[in-house]
Amino acid sequence: MRDFSSEHFLLQDGSKIAVIGGGPAGSFFAYFALDFAERLGMDINVDIYEPKDFNCAGPKGCNNCGGIVSESLIQTLSTEGLVLSSDVIRRGIESYTMHLEQGSTVIKTPFQEQRIAAMFRGIGPLGADEKDGDSFDNYLLDLCRQAGASVIHDRITSAIRTADGVTLQTKSEQKARYDLVVGAVGLNAKTLDIFKSICPSFEPPKTTKTYISEFRMEPEVIDKHFGNSMHVFLLNLPNIKFGALIPKGCFVTLVLLGNDIDKEIASNFVNSDAVKKLFPPEIDLDDITPCKCFPSINVKGAKLAFDDRVVLVGDSASSKLYKNGVGAAYITGKAAANTAIFNGISAAAFKKYYQPVCRSLENDNKLGRFIFAVTSIIQKSNLLKSAMLGLVITEQNKQNRKRRMSSILWDTFTGSATYRNIFLRFLNPLLIIPLIWSIIKSMFNIIFPRNEKQQVRTALP
Amino acid sequence: MRNSKLGRLYRDGEIVINKGDVGTCLFVIQEGKVEVFDERDGAEVKIAELGASEFFGEMGLFEKDVRSCTVRALGNAKILTIDKKNFYKTIQKDPTLAYRLLQKMSFRLRELNKKVMQS
Repeated sequence: MRDFSSEHFLLQDGSKIAVIGGGPAGSFFAYFALDFAERLGMDINVDIYEPKDFNCAGPKGCNNCGGIVSESLIQTLSTEGLVLSSDVIRRGIESYTMHLEQGSTVIKTPFQEQRIAAMFRGIGPLGADEKDGDSFDNYLLDLCRQAGASVIHDRITSAIRTADGVTLQTKSEQKARYDLVVGAVGLNAKTLDIFKSICPSFEPPKTTKTYISEFRMEPEVIDKHFGNSMHVFLLNLPNIKFGALIPKGCFVTLVLLGNDIDKEIASNFVNSDAVKKLFPPEIDLDDITPCKCFPSINVKGAKLAFDDRVVLVGDSASSKLYKNGVGAAYITGKAAANTAIFNGISAAAFKKYYQPVCRSLENDNKLGRFIFAVTSIIQKSNLLKSAMLGLVITEQNKQNRKRRMSSILWDTFTGSATYRNIFLRFLNPLLIIPLIWSIIKSMFNIIFPRNEKQQVRTALP
Repeated sequence: MRNSKLGRLYRDGEIVINKGDVGTCLFVIQEGKVEVFDERDGAEVKIAELGASEFFGEMGLFEKDVRSCTVRALGNAKILTIDKKNFYKTIQKDPTLAYRLLQKMSFRLRELNKKVMQS
C-alpha cells in the first residue's frame, strides 16, 4: 500500500519528470511545466522520451495526422508568444470551401487573413525532404529544448512504481527514476499497456479508424486548383462523416473521418465527382500518392487517466471529437502541467484540477456526437443540403447581415469553437427561421426545377 | 517573405492601427517589424520598434479608449489579429494565458520609467 504524506507529492527543486512521447501533447506539457516552474523560481528536470526521428520522411517520422492547427489555437499560441515559423507552416489557410453534390461555396476567415496553419507532424510524406519544410513536432520539441528539456531518442519498455517514484526502463536498457511520469503516447496500445501497470484504474480511450493519404503535385498546380482553401466534403457516402483536402507546400492531404473507414470506402470517396473535379483531369491520383494510412482516432476519452505521480495527456486521455487534436493536446498538456507545478502530483490533485478539463472536453464531445448525427442526416438529404447551401449563399449576398449559418459551418469545420457553442448558436430563432424558409425554397426548386448552373460563391462568416 | 506565414501582409509603411481609432483587437507580429510612433508639434516621435512574436494594441483589449499611438509596418510584415471575444473566452478558461501579457506590459512600464528618468 502506498503511504505518502502530501508533501511527497509536491514538485520541488531537483524534481525529475519523464514525458513519454514527443508529440504535441508531450511537448506542450514539458514546455509549460518548465515555464511555470521558472516563474515560481523552481528548478526541475524534464526528459522527453521519443523514439521517432521527425526528420525522416514517411511513416518513420510521421504521427498520422491531418495536419491542421486551428484558428483558435493559432491565436492562443500567438498570445503565448509561440509563433510558428514559415518553414513549419506549409500553407496558411484563409478559407474553407464546402463541397456538396448540389454545389460548392467558399467561407472565408472573419478577418480576411491567413489564420489556420496546414503543417506536417514530421517533415512530410515519402519523397519529401527537409527543403520542403520543417516538422511541426520538431518545432515543439525545439521549444522544449530551449526551455531546458532533454529529448532522449529511446523507447520506454517498462515502468515500475517504487517507494519514491516511478522507474522507467528503455529499449537500450537504461533505467531512471522519476517523480512524475507523463504519458503522451497517443493511441499506441503497447505503450498504453505500460501505463496500466502503474495506473491500474486507467481505461484507454475508445477509437475508430480514419484514412489519410497524400497527393504530390507542383505547388503552382496546388495554388491553381486548391488555393489557400481547405476543401471540405459533405457527400452522401456510407461511413464517411466528413472528408477534407488540405493543401500544403507540394502535397495535398486527404483526411476521411467516420466509422471504420477501409480501402473501399476511401476509394469511393476519391473517385466521387465532387472530389475528382478538383484535381487536374490529366492526373491519375494513384500515381501521385506516396503515402496512405488508416490511423486510429480517439472517439471516447480514457477513464481515470491519472494516479499518484502519473498523468496521461492528449489523445491518450481526452481529445476533441473528429477535430482539433492539436488543440486538445495543448489544453490537456497545459492543464496537466499547471496541476503538477501549482497543485502537486498526487492522484487527488489531478482529480481535482486536471480531470475537470478532460471531463469538459468529453462533455463537449457528447454535443459533438449529436451535431455529427444531425450532419449525417443532412448528408443523406438533398433537400437539406440544398437549403443549407442556399442559406450560405444568401448570407454572402447580404453584406450587412449576420452570417449565422456560415459562421456555424466555419466553426464546425475548423474546430475553432466548442461543440456547445455551435449547438447553442444553432438554436437561435434568427437562424432557424431563415433555414426553414430556405428549406421551403429548396423544396419548391425540387418540385419545379430550374436549369441553373451550380456556382462557386464566396460567403463570409 | 514566404506566403506560408499566418496573418495579413502589411506592406512597408502601411498603417496597421491609427491613433484615435477605436481598438478591439490585439495584434501579434508573425514576421517582420513594425514601428510605434506618436506626433509632437507636428513631428513624428518613434516610441518603439517591435519584431516577430511581439504584440501591440493590448490597451484596446482592456480599455474602452481609442488607440493611443499609430503603428505602421517597417518593411513587409505579417500580422495576426487576436479578436477580443476569443481572447476573453480563452483567458476565462485559462488565466495563465495572461502571464506573458503581464510580463510584457511590466517590461514596457519599466522601459517607460527609464525613459522618464532620462528625459
